[in-house]
Amino acid sequence: MNTTPNGIMGMSSDPRQQPRATAGRAPDIFRKGGWVPMREYRESEAVDFVIVGTGAGGGTLGALLAEQGFSVIAFEAGGYFRPMEDFASDETAQNQLYWTDKRVLDGPNPIKMGGNNSGKAVGGSTVHYAMVALRFRPEWFKSRTTLGYGADWPISWEEMWHYYAIAERQISISGPLTYPWGPKRPRYPYRAHELNTAGKLLAKGCEAIGIDWTETPLATLSAPHAGPEGNSPPCAYRGFCRFGCTTNAKRSALTVWIPRALAAGAEVRDLAMVGRIEMGPDGRATGVQYHRNGGWHFQRAKNVVVAGYAVETPRLLLNSANDRYPDGLANGSGLVGKNLMTQTNAAVWGRMDEPVRWYKGPPSLAITEHWNYDDNKDFYGGYCWMGQGPLPIEWMSVLTGARGLWGDELRSAMLDYNHMIGVKMVGEMLPNEANRVTLADDIDQYGLRVARITYAWGENDKALVQHSLEQMGASIQAIGAKDMFRQEDDTCHLGGTARMGNDPNTSVVDADCRSWDIPNLWVCDGSVFPTVGGVNPSLTIQAIAIRTAHQISKLAAAGEL
Amino acid sequence: MTEPSRYPGYDVLAKRDTPSWNAKTREIIAQRLAVPDAPRFFSTEEWPIADALCRRILPQTDEADAVCLVAQLDAKLLADHGDGFRKESMPYMGEAWRRGLAAINEEAKSRHSDRGFAVLTDQERDTLLLSMQRGEVKGNRWARLDAKTFFERRILVDVPALYYAHPKAWNEIGFGGPASPRGYLRLDGNRLDPWEAVEAESGDEHHAERDNGHVV
Repeated sequence: MNTTPNGIMGMSSDPRQQPRATAGRAPDIFRKGGWVPMREYRESEAVDFVIVGTGAGGGTLGALLAEQGFSVIAFEAGGYFRPMEDFASDETAQNQLYWTDKRVLDGPNPIKMGGNNSGKAVGGSTVHYAMVALRFRPEWFKSRTTLGYGADWPISWEEMWHYYAIAERQISISGPLTYPWGPKRPRYPYRAHELNTAGKLLAKGCEAIGIDWTETPLATLSAPHAGPEGNSPPCAYRGFCRFGCTTNAKRSALTVWIPRALAAGAEVRDLAMVGRIEMGPDGRATGVQYHRNGGWHFQRAKNVVVAGYAVETPRLLLNSANDRYPDGLANGSGLVGKNLMTQTNAAVWGRMDEPVRWYKGPPSLAITEHWNYDDNKDFYGGYCWMGQGPLPIEWMSVLTGARGLWGDELRSAMLDYNHMIGVKMVGEMLPNEANRVTLADDIDQYGLRVARITYAWGENDKALVQHSLEQMGASIQAIGAKDMFRQEDDTCHLGGTARMGNDPNTSVVDADCRSWDIPNLWVCDGSVFPTVGGVNPSLTIQAIAIRTAHQISKLAAAGEL
Repeated sequence: MTEPSRYPGYDVLAKRDTPSWNAKTREIIAQRLAVPDAPRFFSTEEWPIADALCRRILPQTDEADAVCLVAQLDAKLLADHGDGFRKESMPYMGEAWRRGLAAINEEAKSRHSDRGFAVLTDQERDTLLLSMQRGEVKGNRWARLDAKTFFERRILVDVPALYYAHPKAWNEIGFGGPASPRGYLRLDGNRLDPWEAVEAESGDEHHAERDNGHVV
């Protein structure tokens, strides 16, 4: 093992400085100071699967492949946090969960990176996600054929419905008894959470303009949970969900899938940044170069799964270019990095006479998906909106960003914090090849070229946002919100840079997340989405990962891996 | 600000040793309150410019318990604790601040007969900052850094966040503050747990002040 001159091993127990999953054990996040045994693999041993990333895609797939008996190593560039001990109840300090390595943004509408769209920790961005667990509208899986825009998925909605149900059960989603939109779905495993005032006001606003609402299906427990992965308490309504859950009530890859992966014999390598996938003369990947403990190492593998999300996944494929693949790996279609999509995250805010105190409870307890299912509009795509609960710094950033406030005006506006409400959309943006991830010349702390993220909004995207602003504004105006204002240009989740499809010329991977060009190279995260829909993506990423695990078991049985 | 407190007597630090604050929270807030009031990232030339800037972006005129924002900014830049990315036209955070402060000072000197930003009046500072926000400053001193982008994407992102990361600000706006492991039992806005700030109603400030003395 290479070490730095200062000797990494002597440093503090900061999970961002020193790997914790070592010496045959990994943190038991359910017990303070606890450990669970962890199998370790030699670098010279070609494991069945190396997975790069431990979030909604990689964490899920790692657990399920290990449970099938495959040898698995899950690499994670971030640290292995123990939520009960390492997480402060603080917006600023918990910036430690975001991917804040160097990146270059350009294009007419640069995407602001950070807490809304990236994570760097075991568990990935699910460690700080808002836990909103929604299904796609069925038609979106064939949006080109049935709705006339975007691209079709190579998987039917009926099949996805099957995997959504598995995901909801295994994650123990809390949700309403009946869901107002789309085909019938099973009851959510856990009851819906009580609404806070922000949620009740969303409901009142929807009723005032005559559209349906419901309790948001959430990946946080509404009752105690006991499972093979560990025991978790119900949600304590701290309101710091997007800054890490300190009680483990949140059902993230860190609390759901990683413990299962370890129990089934997978190894997790934390603080291990994969910088390059190596290829053999036979056109198959041979393993990965990764940086850990101050030096570069090589891990052999029979299969490599890239699960770094829509920026880091294409970056790794592009950074792995070699003489045979000068444009990067799995890029015969030329589409690696292209069709990057974010989702619009516009909002309308206003002040109520009554106290709201939106800091209590998960931020998005109530939702309307009305405009995801109503096609009576003059643009493509859909959107939902949810109640909001920004903590002080996030709220301040709305006032400075959307209204340009500073000085006495800002301090004065902040005094209304406990009386504010807001409704915020998650809106579908259309794929466009010009929106993309490429390599910049800047070099990061590992010596790797960083991602350049280029983005422009299209006319359809702008029309969708304007429609949502009118609808959202009408809903809170109808219940007495005062001094309303719009936040127009915010964005959230990502997708699309390694899209799946039925045709090697127009997609990067097939329906099983297997790359068309290199049979033992896979992509399993939000990058594979041909379209992003108007809902948060985490449940769909996990459903895809569950499906991929099932497909791999079939392929293995048929000798086709 | 001369407004009376909306949450009289509320002190979020009174909850420091209650179940609302876990050990890690106590540790990081203590660090934040102990940030040294002296330049470590900034040079001795940059510090007074940054200080004057912070005092206009988030004014705390004549407040005895004012938060030293320039010290917090210095600590943030020293730790490189930011969002990581840069816009194509901008340098990364630390370099952007160095270039930005130098340009603001040169802009001040050219407008005010060689008086630097740190010695301008509040009115003169605000006028200069407003012209940056409006994209109305031009010239060679801004060639390597767009003034409007620096104002919107660095100054307004970095400086106010330091104030609203401070317990003093949480008291001011009635935020519950740290809540781990204990969160909240009563989710309604008008039903309060005993450890939440009580908002004063006009004429009944004493009632709120009495309750806010017992946020445990």
